[in-house]
Amino acid sequence: MAAERRAGALATAGRYLLLTFCAVVVVLPIYTAVVLSFQPSYRLLQFPRVLWPSDVDFSTFSRAWTTGNLGRYMLNSALVSGIIVAGQVVTSILAAYAFAFLRFPFKRTIFVLFLATLMVPAEVTIVANYETMQNLGWLDTYQGLAVPFLATAFGTFLLRQAFLQVPQDLRDAAALDGYGHRGFLVGVAVPLARPAIAALTVFSFLLAWNQYLWPLLVTNSDDQRTVQIGLKALSAANLNELNLIMAGTVIAALPIFVLLLAFQRQLVRGLTSGALKG
Amino acid sequence: MALPHPTPTATPAPLSAPEGPDQEIVAGQKREWPLALLLLLPSIAVFGVFVFYPFVRTIQLGFYESDPFGNTRYSGIEQYQEVLTSDQFRSSLWVTLQFAFITVPLGLALGLGLAVLAHQRLRGIQIYRTIFSSTVATSVAVASLMWLTLLNPSIGLVNQALDDLGRDRILFTQSEPWALWSVSLATVWQNLGFTFIIMSAGLQTIPDELLESARIDGAGAWRRFSHVTLPLLGPTVLFAFVVLSINAFQSFGQIDLMTEGGPLGSTTVIVYSIFQRVSSNPGAAAAQAIVLFAIVLTLTIFQLRVLERRVFYGS
Repeated sequence: MAAERRAGALATAGRYLLLTFCAVVVVLPIYTAVVLSFQPSYRLLQFPRVLWPSDVDFSTFSRAWTTGNLGRYMLNSALVSGIIVAGQVVTSILAAYAFAFLRFPFKRTIFVLFLATLMVPAEVTIVANYETMQNLGWLDTYQGLAVPFLATAFGTFLLRQAFLQVPQDLRDAAALDGYGHRGFLVGVAVPLARPAIAALTVFSFLLAWNQYLWPLLVTNSDDQRTVQIGLKALSAANLNELNLIMAGTVIAALPIFVLLLAFQRQLVRGLTSGALKG
Repeated sequence: MALPHPTPTATPAPLSAPEGPDQEIVAGQKREWPLALLLLLPSIAVFGVFVFYPFVRTIQLGFYESDPFGNTRYSGIEQYQEVLTSDQFRSSLWVTLQFAFITVPLGLALGLGLAVLAHQRLRGIQIYRTIFSSTVATSVAVASLMWLTLLNPSIGLVNQALDDLGRDRILFTQSEPWALWSVSLATVWQNLGFTFIIMSAGLQTIPDELLESARIDGAGAWRRFSHVTLPLLGPTVLFAFVVLSINAFQSFGQIDLMTEGGPLGSTTVIVYSIFQRVSSNPGAAAAQAIVLFAIVLTLTIFQLRVLERRVFYGS
């Protein structure tokens, strides 16, 4: 009996050991990034001691923020991501409402067209979209960064599913109370779909904030760059100042890590219900 | 991460059942199509201008050749032939395939392994789950710069460690075949959070009783995994497989940040090759984009097929 219990305890200890080993390996790049970000340059060469931070120096952060121009990049990213998220939530709610509650001709065809947008990756259309941006004079502008992403088929499907869960009784009751479509949308459907809307919000913010190819293509100036592209500039201009580059990286990643910690459930829901193109 | 292209896993229904219920909210109402049109218009406008139009335009652009002076001339199907048979395109296709062959199996194995490992009732397991899913928060730029820093040729920690071990330094991102492996490593790591989350969600749908009864029947841990867990997880694994494959074909950021396609084009994947030509030779870029589309479409159709079959057998 005692031997069995000891074997059980040993197995548990083994599991923790394995889990901890894997956790350390997975988190190591993040850990080193954070540690390097507040170490003075001379310590960077003191491996492995640099992994135990001692001589703390936060000036890298202020340098990345000001001379590295990260303040401006963060503002741009926040603005562009904010516009994209707000736009996607609104357009998805409207379209999902139509698909869930309204009867109209060619409904199926239009639905399939929405579905079809998921089959065309953004990488395929960049050549023509770049041309459109040139023609509109939208290169290096906020609208150029945001407008192409103001609608999402994924968000529409997600919210349509949520709307379809609204019980029939509620719809009947709303009808009896004389609710029109506007009243039903604002007063019943949207409040009931709040979890799905939250998932969409978190998820589309993640995608918008992390975009790379499109912002790289359509921005040239420091004034319009998003933070992801700003990181490239920071890294290119300070090749071996790893602490400075990592400080910038930490700044750029922070909003998303906070978001992940705060809204883990919503994010997981977004991912598992089918994450779609950025 | 250039986040996936999956289709609903948890709720596959919307794909097969586009018609909503027919009940109207307010009985005996007038025609609803004007309202529907109004509600759909914003989305349709965005999709029309930035998805459908550019798609058609890309096919069309593929028929035009541009010279270095910005003049374009119609060359018909010739350009597609030229692009498809050019060494440069074949090389980028081959690099992309290699990249996919490295990142997809590795990503699947590690994601599944971690998910199985974290799928036990232990005190504090939530902390491990959070850590394993944490890379989902990293963007391609963040992940690439973290790895670029670790692999830095002169003062990166990996090379310092090699020094301490008395080994030669490695120019990870500047020499063959290391460059491709470095980019792949960063990619696998960055996708790990996503793969872990997907696999964990799949594991949660497997009833505990099944595993429990297998255990009572005397099945060891490996047999339980290979005979119960893995078959039941099949659809999830296939789903993750397709998502990771499509991701691999769309990869760009890590190449741009870590290797710029080098050395000697050994990491120039298709999208990077398209990117390099967007403004200098839009015709050639467009033709390559259409080929990329064909590849991704094939993978997507495969995914839908798999999902369909799964819905069929699953319910």
